[in-house]
Amino acid sequence: MARAKRILVQRHGPVVRVTHWINVLAVSLLLMSGLQIFNAHPALYWGHSSTFAEPWLAIRMVETADGPRGITTIGDRFADTTGVLGWTGFEGDRRNQAFPGWATIPSWRDLASGRRWHFFFAWLFVINGAVYLATTLISGHLRRNLLPSREQLRLRHVLQEIGAHARLRFPKGEAARTYNVLQKGSYLAVAFVLLPLMVLTGLCMSPGFNATVPWLIDLFGGRQGARSVHFLTAGAVVLFVVVHIVMVVASGAWNNIRSMVTGRYAIDEEIRP
Amino acid sequence: MNRRNWLRAAGAATIGLWVGACDRLTRNPKFMGFIGSAENLSRQAQRAVTNRDALAREFPARMISPDFRANGTRSPTDAGYIALRDAGFAGYRLVIDGLVERPLSLSLAELRAAPARTQITRHDCVEGWSSIGKWTGARLGPLLERAGLQPQARYLVFHCADTLAPGPDGRYYESIDLVDARHPQTILAYDMNDAPLPVAHGAPVRLRVERQLGYKHAKYVMRIEAVESFAHLHGGKGGFWEDRGYEWYAGI
Repeated sequence: MARAKRILVQRHGPVVRVTHWINVLAVSLLLMSGLQIFNAHPALYWGHSSTFAEPWLAIRMVETADGPRGITTIGDRFADTTGVLGWTGFEGDRRNQAFPGWATIPSWRDLASGRRWHFFFAWLFVINGAVYLATTLISGHLRRNLLPSREQLRLRHVLQEIGAHARLRFPKGEAARTYNVLQKGSYLAVAFVLLPLMVLTGLCMSPGFNATVPWLIDLFGGRQGARSVHFLTAGAVVLFVVVHIVMVVASGAWNNIRSMVTGRYAIDEEIRP
Repeated sequence: MNRRNWLRAAGAATIGLWVGACDRLTRNPKFMGFIGSAENLSRQAQRAVTNRDALAREFPARMISPDFRANGTRSPTDAGYIALRDAGFAGYRLVIDGLVERPLSLSLAELRAAPARTQITRHDCVEGWSSIGKWTGARLGPLLERAGLQPQARYLVFHCADTLAPGPDGRYYESIDLVDARHPQTILAYDMNDAPLPVAHGAPVRLRVERQLGYKHAKYVMRIEAVESFAHLHGGKGGFWEDRGYEWYAGI
């Protein structure tokens, strides 16, 4: 029987590691300060202006015979989200705000401070992202590590990977030296689609920037459309982060975290007799 | 404690520490001043890439919002304003003074006779909503030429008739720089949607400074003062909301 020998390989370069952790900081603060900003007007619309009577999404506190309830409306459907959305917090200490205090920066209602956090870390996020994208393109990181190979793109291979991931079975040995096709796909989507989309839709909400690049806002159907896409894209980023963390833990939390800190990643190399 | 409860407690503790740290930083004026410096970066970046006269988009009449929201003061309770309003603003005078060669005091009729502009623009509230309205008003640029700005004038301060918060600094005011003051779409609006400006939207005169957020568009404007600095006024930050932590540059 083959025995496994554990060896350390260089997994992540220094730029990837540094920009990854700056991005973790910036995105967390942007998300939570963004929810603070959302709370100032917790309703979303499509188009250029707000149709106040018909938001496509609204989170509000509603007075009922049984006292206040948190009601979340999407289109014609609504759900009682008391405690989490609309009328938030623990019983006896409920507050009238869309997202609860533990999800916002600061935890109390303060739009002005939320905006300060948001715009400062938006600059950090953009500069950090620009450094990452530039080095990714110039160093060959994109071509070498992120773009899937032809073999990886075969439908049968993709389906196999999906099946393996669903059973939390991850590549071992030599195959673990490179990103698998699902990793490549999701990292590409986040770095080149979702996060840039956050920046573009964010810029579209700036009336000063609208005058600079008037056509950009039309891609999202207007300022309120851009605000909706900004919110939905943030939701997609949260979804990615949740799946990412589950995968990191399931495929060896310590090994993964070490590889993103020191760059070194342990793989089991089979020793053949 | 089983594994699940342990994980839950660890998660709650992490979030609690994180939120607690952010709250503490938010209460620290030095930190907030530091992250507030991003405002200058945003202003300079926008000014660097934007033509100074670039126009805010103007919309067709069919897109005017039937439900244009009024925010801030909707009906001033200040005695002086009520007296003016009850007389149909017959006694209203718009004063332009401060660092000018020829201070002006204009009646509504005189303001309506000044070079005017009509524009259908989107009003973006800092809260996140937008409404589209049609505005007609006197262009601020030509009025400033009439008054003759002195060379040391750098800002215009808009003194308003409404009190939005209790206390000595509760009076609404705003300020803009001369780049925005001379912008072709910067007008002193007296008509909204082809009718005299309603009280809720700032009758008899409100500022329209397109390309910035709603709180810059001062309502109930009584006096425009040209100044070198606004540090001596109220909270010293150049506006009612600026004194309460909002950005002076509201282009973002």
